[in-house]
This record gives sequence, C-alpha cells and structure tokens, in this order.
Amino acid sequence: MTAMDFKPVLLWSDVLVFLLVIALTLFFYRLRRDPQTRARWGRVFSSRLGMVTFTVIMVYVGIALLDSLHFRRALPTPEGVDTTEIFYDNKVTSVLDVLLDGMGERFERTYSAPFALQSFEKSNMKDEQGDMYRGYEDLRHAGQHLSHPEAKWLNVLELSATALAWGLLAAALVVGVQWILLRGSKHPWQASWAVQTVVICLGVWLVYLSHYYHVLGTDQGGADVAYQSIKGIRTGVLLGTLSTLVMLPIAVTLGVSAGYFKGWVDDVVQYLYTTLSSIPGILLIAASVLLFQVYIDLNPDYFAIGMEKADARFIALCFILGLTSWSSLCRLIRAETLKISQLGYVQAAHAFGVGHGRILGRHILPNVVHIILITFVLDFSALVLAEAVLSYIGVGIDPSMGSWGNMINGARSELSREPAVWWTLTGAFFFMFVLVLAANLFSDLVRDAFDPRSALGRSGT
Amino acid sequence: MFAYIVRRLLYAIPILIGVNLLTFTLFFVVNSPDDMAVSQLGEKYVTPEAIDAWKRKNGYDKPLFVNAEATGAGAFTDTIFFTKSLKLFAFDFGRSESGRDITTDVSTRMWPSLAVALPSFVIGIWVNICVALMVVMFRATALDRWAVFVFVALMSISYLFYIIGGQYLVAKSWMLVPISGYDPEFQPWKFLILPVLVSVISGIGSGARWYRTLFLEEAGQDYVRTARAKGASEISILFKHILPNALIPILTGVVVLIPTLFMGSLLIESFFGIPGLGSYMLDAIRSQDFAIVRSMVFIGSILYIIGLILTDISYTWADPRVRLS
Repeated sequence: MTAMDFKPVLLWSDVLVFLLVIALTLFFYRLRRDPQTRARWGRVFSSRLGMVTFTVIMVYVGIALLDSLHFRRALPTPEGVDTTEIFYDNKVTSVLDVLLDGMGERFERTYSAPFALQSFEKSNMKDEQGDMYRGYEDLRHAGQHLSHPEAKWLNVLELSATALAWGLLAAALVVGVQWILLRGSKHPWQASWAVQTVVICLGVWLVYLSHYYHVLGTDQGGADVAYQSIKGIRTGVLLGTLSTLVMLPIAVTLGVSAGYFKGWVDDVVQYLYTTLSSIPGILLIAASVLLFQVYIDLNPDYFAIGMEKADARFIALCFILGLTSWSSLCRLIRAETLKISQLGYVQAAHAFGVGHGRILGRHILPNVVHIILITFVLDFSALVLAEAVLSYIGVGIDPSMGSWGNMINGARSELSREPAVWWTLTGAFFFMFVLVLAANLFSDLVRDAFDPRSALGRSGT
Repeated sequence: MFAYIVRRLLYAIPILIGVNLLTFTLFFVVNSPDDMAVSQLGEKYVTPEAIDAWKRKNGYDKPLFVNAEATGAGAFTDTIFFTKSLKLFAFDFGRSESGRDITTDVSTRMWPSLAVALPSFVIGIWVNICVALMVVMFRATALDRWAVFVFVALMSISYLFYIIGGQYLVAKSWMLVPISGYDPEFQPWKFLILPVLVSVISGIGSGARWYRTLFLEEAGQDYVRTARAKGASEISILFKHILPNALIPILTGVVVLIPTLFMGSLLIESFFGIPGLGSYMLDAIRSQDFAIVRSMVFIGSILYIIGLILTDISYTWADPRVRLS
C-alpha cells in the first residue's frame, strides 16, 4: 500500500461551488449568442484594465477551485500490523496543498519575522553545559541549509534568481501557447499575459523559497502566514459568490413579479423589503448566525469530521448573508420592470394575447439581466470585505477554517507589541486588497458597458 | 403635509409589527427557550431543573402565544409573545440576561455614540463633497481618471485596516492622542479626534466617488450648457447650478442615516473603547444576550423608519416642486 492512496472528500461547499461554475458557464454561453451582449462584453475586454482585472479575478477563482478539490490521504500501515483495511488521515487536504508542496506543514513554535532564522521571542534554552538561559531559538524550518547565518541575504538572492528563472520558463510556456492560439485577436491580450507572467513568477518564487524560509513569517501558533493568506482565497471567493447566488432568485422573482403584476403583489413585496431593510443588517446577521451556532452545538453528531462542522457554518453564513441582503437588488429590479412593462413592445405583446410567462421570460427578464450582472460583481467585493468585519464581531467563518477575517482578528492587537508584529496583517491585507480592488475596477467597467444610463452620463461630459 | 406625516406614521405600524414577528420567530420559535437556556447555562450544568429555573428567572416559562391556564385577557397577555415582544411597542425593553435594565443602559449609552457619530457624519459629508467638487472641476482629464482610481483603491481597503492603521500611526507611533478610551468630563475631544478622523478617511473613497457621479450627471444637463453659453464661469456653474441640483439625490442617501446615528458604530466603538450603543450591541452579540439584541433590532427599525419620513420631508425643502400628498 503506497502513501499515494487517497479518498475524495466532498464538502457541501465544494458541491455548491462546482454547481456555480457550471451555472455561470451555461449563463455566459447563452449570453454569447446575443450580439448586443457580445458587443458589450467586447467593450469590457477591449480595455487593458478590463483584461488585467479579469485575469486577476480568474487567478483567484482558479486557486479557490483548486482548493475545493478535497481528499483525505491514506495513513501508512503501522509495522507488524497485518490488515488490508486502509485508514485515512483525519486531516482534509486539497489539491492546492499539494501544489504548494507542503508549505502549510512547516510549523514553528510561535512568531517569527519574514525570512527570519530565529524565533521572534526569547525563550528558555539550555547551553552545552546544561545551564538555562534566555535566548532566541533557531527555527525548525528556516535556513537549515545555511552554514553561516550572515550569508542569508545573499542566499535569498541566489534562490530568488533560480526561482525567477523557473518562473519565467513556466510563464513563457503558458503565454506561448496562448500567443499561438490568440495571435489575431483584437483584444489586448498582452495585458493579460503580463499579469499571468507576474503571477506565475510570484507563485513559483513563493513555493520555491518556502522550502528554505518563511517568506511572510509565522503567526502566534507558528503557522506560515503566506500559506494562510493563500488558504483565505477560497473562503473569500466562495462567500462572495455563493451568498449572491442565494440572494439572486429571491430578489429577481419578487422584484419582477412586483413590477409586472403590480396591485397587491407589489404591496406585499414592498412591505417585505421595507421591513427587512429597516432591521439593522449586522444585528440580523449576527442573531441568525448565533442561532445557527446554537443548533450546531446541540446536534454535534450530524457532522462526522471537524471540517464538516466548519463547512456547515460557512454555508449557513452564505445563506444568511443572501437571505438578509436581497432588498436593494429587489428594489432596483422592481423599478426597472415597472419601466419596461410600460414600453410599447410589452403592451403590444399583451394586445396579441401573449401569456404572462412568455412575456416575463422573453421581454422582461432579458432586459433586467444587466442589473443582476452589475450587482453580482459589485456585491462580490462588498461581501469579501464584510467577511473580515463579521469575523471580528465573532459571527463569521469558523476559526478552524482559514480566512482573512480570522487572520486580522487574531493579529489586530499585535501591532501594539514592541517591536510590532506586522506581517500577519500585511499578508491578509495584500491578498484581500488585490482581489477587492480587481473586482471593484472590473465592476466599474461592466457597469459602464451595460448600464445605458451611466454611458449617457459619460458622453454628456 | 401634516396629514402626510400622520399617514406615514400609520404605515410604519405594520412594518414594526413585521419586524416584531420576524424577531419573535427567530428568537423563540426557531430557537426555543430551552435551547437558549442550554447555551446560556453551558453544557456542564444542564439539568431539567436548572433549565426550568433559568426560564423562570428570565420569564421564559410561559406558553408562546396562548396561555390556556389563565383566564380572560390573561390568556393572551401572560405569554412570551406579549411580555417579550409586544411590550417593545411601549418602549418597555425589560431586563438583559445579566439582569440590567435595558432602557436605562440605552439612554445613557446613546450619548457617547452620538458624540462620535455626529461629527464623523457631518465632517465626512463636507469632506466628500469638497473632494468630489474638486475632481469634477477637472473632469475628463487625467487627474479625474487617477482620482477615480484612488477612490476605488480606498474603497477596496477593509474598514478594519483603517482603524488598525490609524491607531498604529496616530496613537502609537506619533503619540498624538490616546489609543482608546472615553471620558465625558475630562477633555472628551481628545478621545474623539481619532475615531472621527478614521471614519472620515475611510468614507472618502465610496463617498466622494458617489458624489462625483451625481455631480457629473447634473453636469451633462441642458441648464448647465445654457449657463455656460451665457458666459457663467466654471466656478459659479459648479456652486450655483450643479451643487443645488445635486442636493436632491444626496439627500435621499444621507437623511435616512441621521436617526441611525444614535446607534453608533460597532467597529469604531469597540476598537476605541467608547461606551456607546455600538459596543453595547457587540458585547450583547458576543455574550449571546438575546434580550439586548431584540431591543436593539426594534430601536434600529424605528430609527430607520423615522429616517425614511425625514427623507420625504427634506425633499420638499430641497426641491420646491415636490408636494407631499
């Protein structure tokens, strides 16, 4: 029996995220057939900024998907035990962990600075005679290959050069293939290739150097900060997409029917969203999460492994965020539907005796798709930011599941130490900022391309 | 006008009843008082007697809606729904799980909240409008494009980093103000500067970007072209034509927030140790004190509805063409 045996683990959030990918692919495939939509997407991707931000978002989504392929490794059979039964590790590993080549398994005792060789804090140690003294302990996984600690930075430089060479080679391969395929394209692919090169080089550099140093240091528990920051990507991306996915059907159904049927339907829907939006959002979310937490605590036997418990809480959080945030999109769609249903072609369809279902499906829905799309991209960045705040309040992601919010929460008082422990916050800040910035810039471009009103506003200036 | 306000107030009642029913369902039906007792007492001390004692002490030992044992009106008043939910309408919030009177707590804690939130709100709007006007003055230039980029970048930074960064730079490194704390008697402004500064700066990104869009929308209107044709200077177009007209959309977004200022900010107050309603809510959430959370949900909804009514009234003031009827 080899160590390569494994058993796939399908968490509920993994299922949902792959369903989401399939749904989005189908959605965009359908949209592609519409020439007007194609022209609009063409406008988004004809700008260099559009290409760059889209590539960045895709890199994050790709990492999140790799991190959603979970499995449990088989444990090696102990010597002398004769059994054909395979036991599996309780720890759930993902494909991303394999690609990162054990980056998350190199634990230290506690804090250490980026590229440090010794622990950040003094601890009790014994010298050769066995006497106790206070000193900085050598790290277990950093700089083991060095003969002289003074040569550290030269060594870092050497390793970086090697890593960069490999990175450039890999990037050349990836970009080369695309260049052959997309040579004649009118879109500015060069911008995307530049981003890909940078990302690949950075990735290779990070994985390569993590064998010798902790590039972003370690946190209080001795875990590698760079690894944690990368693991936070899945949580952020999934939360941002799944919550919106929960919210969309409610908002669209209620909004369209309120705007189309008017009368008492409209009154009921308006009453519902006014009531919901009058409740302070954070309190509603906090209360719902706490109630769900009580449910988990009272029924511990529903969840086989710890990861499933964390996953259940995560999905509950997505649902709660979705169920509490549909009112603003619903309001927008209702207003747009009201406007559209007054237009001539809808009135004409009525006059010809076309049924409600057909009018809704063929004339109303396609004309509110742009609102849904803009909201989807815009809400994504807002949700990623909200996760950090919710984790701080204590109603966010389960602490056992890596997330930027939990990193910030654990490190927020570390800046007041002397000297300050800045690297945990820096890691979370950098990874979160890049994703949110890319999503925000991309959503601006999508809005400019799809929202006729904002396009008018621009041409008027 | 008066009739309109009365009607709006009457319209608020079904909404508040809805809020009330929703919180009641969340707190008592989804999560029964027994579950609450278990999580409050902690796993170790759970015995049926302990749960009953806890329920009796906190007044949860009654039936949910209809009390079959009581007679007359008591059948409906001697229930959890009446004592815990309907009494909120009389502003009788009862006691928190730790036994403190919620009404007293709220009325003392709202003033520190207001002391932080009101200056942040006023200065924030003023700064955002000034920045947006400046950017609009250079519209369609490279400066404008870079300004928008900076706004989006500022928006992309988590609120937590503004607070942590502000505390680190201003309070720890430069030692200009205390890191946290609040004292209403002794130089309260010293404790307020940093929270207000952090709120204002963190709001510039989204605020100024939004005002810029509003101003640009107005700048494309016909009356602006006419004003320019008759020879008005750019400055006077900006301040005399665009600004007053952009006031209406600004009011929609802003006035609704004024009453909710009393609620304070969860994050600012907890990081800076200000004893306001924001930190009150946070403590309640962290200690799972559902009585406080329920009361704050109710207060928050009332304030929001007042905000909606104020918004409508402010329309008539900003735009004489609007008549409320």
